[in-house]
Amino acid sequence: MHRSENSASLPSRRAVLKSSLAAGFTLAFYLPVRAANEPEQTPDTTAGQFAPNAFIRIDHTGKTTLVMPQVEMGQGVYTAIPMILAEELDADFSKVELKNAPPNEKLYANPMLGVQATGNSNSVRAFWKPLRQAGAATRAMLMQAAAQQWQVDPASCTAANSVVTHAASGRSIGYGDLVDAAAALPVPQDPPLKNPKDFTLIGKPLKRLDTPKKSNGSAIYGIDAMLPGMKFATLAACPVFGGKVAKVDDTAAKAVPGVHQIVVLDDVVAVVGDHMWAAKKGLDALKITWDEGPNAKISSADIWADLRAASKKDGVVAKSVGDLAKGLAQGERFDAEYELPFLAHATMEPMNCTVHVTPDSCEVWIGTQTISRVQQYAAKAAGLPLEKVTVHQHLLGGGFGRRLEWDMAESAVRIGKQVDGPVKVVWTREEDVQHDIYRPVYRNVISATLSDGKIAAWKYRVSGSSVMARWLPAGGYKNGIDIDAVDSAVDMPYDIPNKQIEYVRAEPPAVPTGFWRGVGPNNNVFAVESFMDELARKAGKDPIDFRRGMLDGNPRLKAALDLVAEKSGWGQPLPARVGRGVCVQPSFASFIATVVEAEVDEHGEVHLRRVTSAVDTGIAVNPDIIVAQLQGGLIFGLTAALWGEITIENGRVQQSNFNDYRMLRIDEVPTIDIHVMKSSEDPGGIGETGATAGPPALRNAIYAATGIALRRLPIDRKALALANKA
Amino acid sequence: MTTLNINGESKTFDAPDDMPLLWVLRDVLGMTGTKFGCGIAQCGACTVHIDGNPVRSCLLPVGSIGNKAVTTIEGVGATPVGAKVQKAWLDLEVIQCGYCQSGQIMSAAALLASTPQPEDADIDLAMAGNICRCGTYVRIREAIKRAAGEV
Amino acid sequence: MRRTALLILAILIVAAFFAWRQFNPGPLAFAGGSTVALADYKDANPTGVPASLANADVVKRGEYLVRAADCLACHTAPGGQAYAGGLAIPLPFGTLYSTNITPDKDAGIGNYSDQDFLNAVQRGVRKDGTRLYPAMPYPSYTYMTDADALAIKAYLFSLPPAHIANRPDTLTFPYNQRWAMGPWSFFFNADTRFAPNTSQTPQWNRGAYLAEALAHCGECHTPRNLAFALDNRKKFAGAVTAGWRAYNITPDKGSGIGAWSDDEVFAYLAQGHAVGRGTAAGPMGEAVDASFSHMAPEDVHALVTFLRSVPPIASPDLPATLAPPAPASPKDGVASNALGKKIFAEACVSCHNWTGVSALTPFATIAGTRGVNDPTATNVAQIVISGTRRHEPDGVVSMPAFGSILSDTEIAAVVNYVTARFGSAKSAVTENDVADLRKQTSR
Ligand code: FES
Ligand code: FES
Repeated sequence: MHRSENSASLPSRRAVLKSSLAAGFTLAFYLPVRAANEPEQTPDTTAGQFAPNAFIRIDHTGKTTLVMPQVEMGQGVYTAIPMILAEELDADFSKVELKNAPPNEKLYANPMLGVQATGNSNSVRAFWKPLRQAGAATRAMLMQAAAQQWQVDPASCTAANSVVTHAASGRSIGYGDLVDAAAALPVPQDPPLKNPKDFTLIGKPLKRLDTPKKSNGSAIYGIDAMLPGMKFATLAACPVFGGKVAKVDDTAAKAVPGVHQIVVLDDVVAVVGDHMWAAKKGLDALKITWDEGPNAKISSADIWADLRAASKKDGVVAKSVGDLAKGLAQGERFDAEYELPFLAHATMEPMNCTVHVTPDSCEVWIGTQTISRVQQYAAKAAGLPLEKVTVHQHLLGGGFGRRLEWDMAESAVRIGKQVDGPVKVVWTREEDVQHDIYRPVYRNVISATLSDGKIAAWKYRVSGSSVMARWLPAGGYKNGIDIDAVDSAVDMPYDIPNKQIEYVRAEPPAVPTGFWRGVGPNNNVFAVESFMDELARKAGKDPIDFRRGMLDGNPRLKAALDLVAEKSGWGQPLPARVGRGVCVQPSFASFIATVVEAEVDEHGEVHLRRVTSAVDTGIAVNPDIIVAQLQGGLIFGLTAALWGEITIENGRVQQSNFNDYRMLRIDEVPTIDIHVMKSSEDPGGIGETGATAGPPALRNAIYAATGIALRRLPIDRKALALANKA
Repeated sequence: MTTLNINGESKTFDAPDDMPLLWVLRDVLGMTGTKFGCGIAQCGACTVHIDGNPVRSCLLPVGSIGNKAVTTIEGVGATPVGAKVQKAWLDLEVIQCGYCQSGQIMSAAALLASTPQPEDADIDLAMAGNICRCGTYVRIREAIKRAAGEV
Repeated sequence: MRRTALLILAILIVAAFFAWRQFNPGPLAFAGGSTVALADYKDANPTGVPASLANADVVKRGEYLVRAADCLACHTAPGGQAYAGGLAIPLPFGTLYSTNITPDKDAGIGNYSDQDFLNAVQRGVRKDGTRLYPAMPYPSYTYMTDADALAIKAYLFSLPPAHIANRPDTLTFPYNQRWAMGPWSFFFNADTRFAPNTSQTPQWNRGAYLAEALAHCGECHTPRNLAFALDNRKKFAGAVTAGWRAYNITPDKGSGIGAWSDDEVFAYLAQGHAVGRGTAAGPMGEAVDASFSHMAPEDVHALVTFLRSVPPIASPDLPATLAPPAPASPKDGVASNALGKKIFAEACVSCHNWTGVSALTPFATIAGTRGVNDPTATNVAQIVISGTRRHEPDGVVSMPAFGSILSDTEIAAVVNYVTARFGSAKSAVTENDVADLRKQTSR
């Protein structure tokens, strides 16, 4: 496809990742190469099919198979991506079939990440152009094939529902009958893309393609992989991070009916049985002595002490505007610090991975956000070359960034190496919570000055772990700056003449940190929007008016703010101890304003009453999915704000399951109204948007209801009790 | 050997009496529609019907079921209420990742079977034991009401 | 300061003296009849180990006896090495930490002679002469024979020494005046060995020895007088210990276990569960797992016989009738307490059902149990806070702990909902009650 020429000029065919801090997390555009002349690059057979690019396969019956470069974890890409492809391809959407992309960085790398990964709420953003171009190019080839057959001008033909029609002569022909002719044609260089006003699929609330099977139990998730002769295993890693196995007494475990084998690795013990029950009972019966190692004394208190100390030092300047010193000198100065806790993901589907390892092959069945890394690390663990490792992608029972990691696949392969035949390794929920890769703790130190009702200067220092430095050092971590950790801080939406954003990399001891449903934005939007409310109060202004006054440079966000003010009944009187809180954010290229209405009762219990969001997310590919994603994301964020915190004592995570890691439940969730605004801009990201918007809006609602300015999450209910009110 | 009546079929298998039904369904019978979420009756992902009542199969010893009728997500569509619920779920696009939805649908079907016209309070009490990490609660509530309208 | 403290002390001692003067009967006085020294007792020896172990070596016998005396429960910290001590025992005036009784020469009791050991177990005096607080149940252990105590010592000395130093107690003045336990013991520790009762059966005598000298049932189940000594006139009438309520185990039909069949009592002791009577949790759950479940059946039967013989005493605050299962629909039954109902629907109903009769396992049936028929709701609140993890013959039985995610308000609400829905007298637990209970449990 034509873009390959551009890409060929790049130093390597690996995606090159450039980051423009000013624009937050935006990365250089790069399109995977479709190499019709390099079929060996596509493990999925394209024999007998018209396969003009990495995403589209059409066979002689006209069956159109779309290869999904991004994975389905609930966010709806298995509907949105086909809609985009089918739109430009003019394929019969009711008949398209989907196929998971195999691991292949060249063909399926995420253009914004440079790796074959699904995350950062960018599936639609990143693939918007390449998929439209793939569809359009394919359609052009099919039309040209038809035109040649009919000896007419392609321009005189039209295409719809997988059929090319020549109106003048009343002839029409299905895509299936054109595949051979089309395959012989060159891939057009610059296929014309549709004018958005001609879209027939994009923008419509089409039914999701993945949900029918999910409604009757027939959908297959990673944890549902079933193979003949398969065994089942569950595992225990040392409860202390980094600890090792010292000694294992397996007499009792071996006696458990159905237990076949105890696999002892240096850091993990697994029990293999006829079924999960045998494995679980076996694990309970094991007497494991751990060598807890150097981390056995680490506690949350120490981690916070370290982070607080680190956050006092100067950081690396990620962005500087105007003259901070001058700005800080004028007007009244205010300071605040905001802190966010470790968070687990607790995807509804616990970590799991099924493997079949033989001396010269390794097969993996898993639902992952990063199939190519799973393949790479499985190969390492198996001691086999990459091409000997096959990875079968399944649906994900939730991702939230947890499945951007490969640890569950690595340990499964290490276990599988010692097991004869296929084995499904399923983590208990306790293991899932206690050996997660956690959303980091963060601390944000802010100073600002106010002069005539506006912010004159803004000094913002974010301190915390760099996930990028581990996960995507090339491009994600540059000159001491983690582009995700400062996302939504360097590009905060307000017009402020003098500002400086700093980053201090502070890695917690022992505790592994990773992505979540939003990471940098979760943290920065919480701190920025919380402090905005405190400043509004200092300035004696209504929180919305205060924000509006500084949003001239951000019309899309201003419009969203105005709409949410109207829809949420902002300003209408409320009973005592009930408040409304607002939050605006430009994160993930979606411009959203959110109002949470909440009550704080005399015991300090917080009750959600109503949530309203207005969002300009550019062209809404499937507005119904956007509404669902925002509702879900808001609930995800509000859950964390109310209760989410992983604490460490003696090097161990103290939470273990839903009895001590609390989830919001249906009886606690209010009406959530989402207003999707019309827009002709390119699509924005939506998966993490709500999770980022909920916490600050709730925090500000509590501030409005009680006057108590919470500076850390989760919400401290004791502090909100009337009895404790200062 | 144990024999159970599952979705109207009698299935015979070999499993210890104390083994939870969940693992019999998933690992022994290969019926993977019923999901594992917590193993301590706190999430509802493993919900099945025993004689029509919603039960958490992760803690239900298979030996205690006897000849009671077991219905799972694979079979609930054959009941009128189950079919209505599944339809409402799709009409309103409740489902996101879907992992919790087998349990949500089973709990909702049981609710509608016993309370054909549930009020919000009834929905809260019947569904509060089912966690959805994707946060589909708003639509679950709407879909139950939609299904009630058609039941 | 010091003066007032001494004053308090004096008052304590006088009070104790009064209690003593009012004549506090011994733990076995209720049985009447006549007792003889063990040596003069003609029937089967009620002390020592069951017949099956008669010829076992001293360490094996010690192992049986150490379990029967349940030394493990207190002398092991959660997740810590067995018998290495460190369990925190919170008291209103500070915290006591159980001690290391492994044979480590510095940290443990490795230097104890037989006599030192007997002094500690039977008299509450350490090798260094300092006094033990009666948190160590020496007023009960004092009835243990020297032979049995020394068999326990032999077992302990067969264990690997744990080099884990004892944690200093944090008792405040005057309670940190250990010497004061001297006079206390003078009044309240009989310092005498078990004397069989010739007017009772050998089985009864075995049960009495197990219950008093080893299992020390009274330490939790018998109320204490104002000098913290067991008030044997209310023997086994129930008390609150370590934040849990040890119920009335007298044969009283209404508030004791008089309505239980012998088999039920036997099952409860041996397995920690009697169908329809509930499942042992908290300290009693530990006692079953660490002690009773390891006893020979004939010993458990002996305990049952003994329990049946104590005078019935009614607990005025416990309803005599246990409520039947609640209605199957949440719509019926208790209407008030929306918060409690909400929490119950979220976290409890999946196991316990709206009826209180679990559809999953009899272990989770709460209808008809004493716990939910107790208007103080102490144990309902405790199990919500701390949960329980029990080891049954065929696997682990547990209830998750909700103490870290539910606020005191929420716990109080759900507890009051549970007693109202499933009990015959509903509770009125407050946030503050819950906060107190959180403080009282041993950690
Ligand atoms: S798996 Fe059974 S309730 Fe969570
Ligand atoms: S749909 Fe994902 S957990 Fe409910």
